[in-house]
Amino acid sequence: MEPVRVITGTAVPLRASDVDTDQIISSDWLKKVERTGFGEGLFEAWRESSDFVLNQSRYDGATILVAGPNFGTGSSREHAVWALMDYGFRAVVSPRFADIFRNNATKNGLVPVQVDGPTGAALLDAVEADPSLEVVVDVETRVVSAPAAGIEAPFTLDDAVAHRLLNGLDDISLTLTHDAAIGAFELARPSYLPTTRD
Amino acid sequence: MGMTLAEKVWNRHLVALGEQAPGEPDLLYVDLHLIHEVTSPQAFDGLRMSGRSVRHPELTLATMDHNVPTTDIDRPIADPVSARQVAVLARNCEEFDIPLYAMGDANQGIVHVIGPQLGLSQPGMTIVCGDSHTSTHGAFGALAFGIGTSEIEHVLATQTLPQQRPGTMAITVDGDLPAGVTAKDVILGIIARIGTGGGVGSIVEYRGSTIRALSMEGRMTVCNMSIEAGARAGMIAPDDTTFAWIEGRARAPKGAAWEAALDDWRTLPTDPDASFDKELVIEAASLTPYVSWGTNPAQTISIDDAVPEPAAFDDPTQREAAERALRYMGLRAGTPIRDIDVDTVFIGSCTNGRLEDLRGAAEVVQGRTVREGLRALVVPGSMQVKADAEAEGLDAVFTEAGFEWRSAGCSMCLGMNPDVLSPGERCASTSNRNFEGRQGKGGRTHLVSPAVAAATAIAGHFTTPADLA
Ligand code: SF4
Repeated sequence: MEPVRVITGTAVPLRASDVDTDQIISSDWLKKVERTGFGEGLFEAWRESSDFVLNQSRYDGATILVAGPNFGTGSSREHAVWALMDYGFRAVVSPRFADIFRNNATKNGLVPVQVDGPTGAALLDAVEADPSLEVVVDVETRVVSAPAAGIEAPFTLDDAVAHRLLNGLDDISLTLTHDAAIGAFELARPSYLPTTRD
Repeated sequence: MGMTLAEKVWNRHLVALGEQAPGEPDLLYVDLHLIHEVTSPQAFDGLRMSGRSVRHPELTLATMDHNVPTTDIDRPIADPVSARQVAVLARNCEEFDIPLYAMGDANQGIVHVIGPQLGLSQPGMTIVCGDSHTSTHGAFGALAFGIGTSEIEHVLATQTLPQQRPGTMAITVDGDLPAGVTAKDVILGIIARIGTGGGVGSIVEYRGSTIRALSMEGRMTVCNMSIEAGARAGMIAPDDTTFAWIEGRARAPKGAAWEAALDDWRTLPTDPDASFDKELVIEAASLTPYVSWGTNPAQTISIDDAVPEPAAFDDPTQREAAERALRYMGLRAGTPIRDIDVDTVFIGSCTNGRLEDLRGAAEVVQGRTVREGLRALVVPGSMQVKADAEAEGLDAVFTEAGFEWRSAGCSMCLGMNPDVLSPGERCASTSNRNFEGRQGKGGRTHLVSPAVAAATAIAGHFTTPADLA
């Protein structure tokens, strides 16, 4: 994973709550066995309507998605994160993220910017009013801002997650530093626990 | 102070405590890792790219469920893309030596149906799967939750998972369920009350006399939909009902090991002096059969009610969501739920595709006929459920009534196989998600219990079994 420090760019306003991962990438796309090429399928059904926000050229080139509360609910499909990133997004702003989506996002370097309700609403209004508004997501200070709109607010991100994002650390390598502890744990497991073959 | 069930299971799987930095996750050992064809291919690619192997293939089990056709299962899959995905799973399992129940195997089925059925899902275990409905296995007092593909790769390589310790939430349901109210209605009623975000960040423990009185199938239905309330996992304390269900199954402990396991399992339930971060109490008497009217599972209402007015929602976000949902669902506010006609009825999925669900539905349709022009499908959750149902003659009850009787898989729950809704088609479904397009592009899903689904297939509009009498 590439380190992520500051994301500066324009934003797309997605005025919807409970955006589930089925909408982000539909099951038709889940048959792929690769990790790439999902951007084309991002919000596929919604993109059929010409006034959907991703079809508006004034939002072209945006790297930040601003959505309503409860973003990424439903299915655990990591494909949703791959689709958002493949399309060009580097951060998603929402007052609340579904747990699995948040985990999947940070493993791939997509920043889940969890703000309070008023900040989320203010950002939505601001990027709707001005598609060229510059938004800055700073992972180090955990502050999201849109200086031209007078918005500056902290967002929630655990220290450990921020540390991994800032340094582009791979979880598996970090875990393998605990190899001895894993081995010791295994020796102490109760013998009645099941195995999947004889 | 005492501990909750969730805390006990968490603590006994701690490989390393995350105390270096605030928010540093704990490292948890994983007892059982379930795999299916959709979310795993990129994880195996990752392993190959980094030259890693699978640490414990014998704690890993794979099946094919999402893509499998439910007819002609003895022939190759017609859709080449689906065929490739199941072929890739077979190849990966072979390369990494992971046991696989492939299409055609007597043990094949939906991943959350076969784990319990084999006796693999046991109290006190940690169980993960690249699938959000892994919460199902919590019915046994296991800590079971869905993970993403990066996490699958992590578990394959290390048999552990870094996890933030979630909060705890108790949902207590007390009293006798009114006639015609099922486990599915219990969980739909809970989600309607707490919302799709009500459980975010928490492990929910379902408690109370109503929950205790549920069968294991019913408890699995309840835990299955925990994720629909946003919960990290759902759990129910193991008791004699749990032990009786597990005893004698293929992968259950035997002899002295069984006795040792039982002694251990009896220590798991939440201590009387433990406390939860959040608590909610629901009277069983307040529950009714439910039908979802919108496009998220919290947009659910009693069958005795009418489609709500968006204006009735105080919260502007909920109001907008309701307006949007009614447009998508093609519904008018104020329409009594019972007056809504359906085109299709789907009985199946990891929520309601078990033997008890099929028995309940069969009892309703026995001697009756599916409404003319309506498509009605029964898809058993596993090939074993199918065989058991056929041994009881349930298949004949369904087919004589006009239902199609299929082979096992996820089927119309998410429409990755040929079983899909057409645009605008309205379906009463025993599955767990009514998201836009979930059962096929433009399809309109209403979540219901197997009993309501069966009665609705007969009447052609939302109906309870009692209405038919
Ligand atoms: S039946 Fe539906 S919810 Fe369950 S695992 Fe299959 S697709 Fe997922």
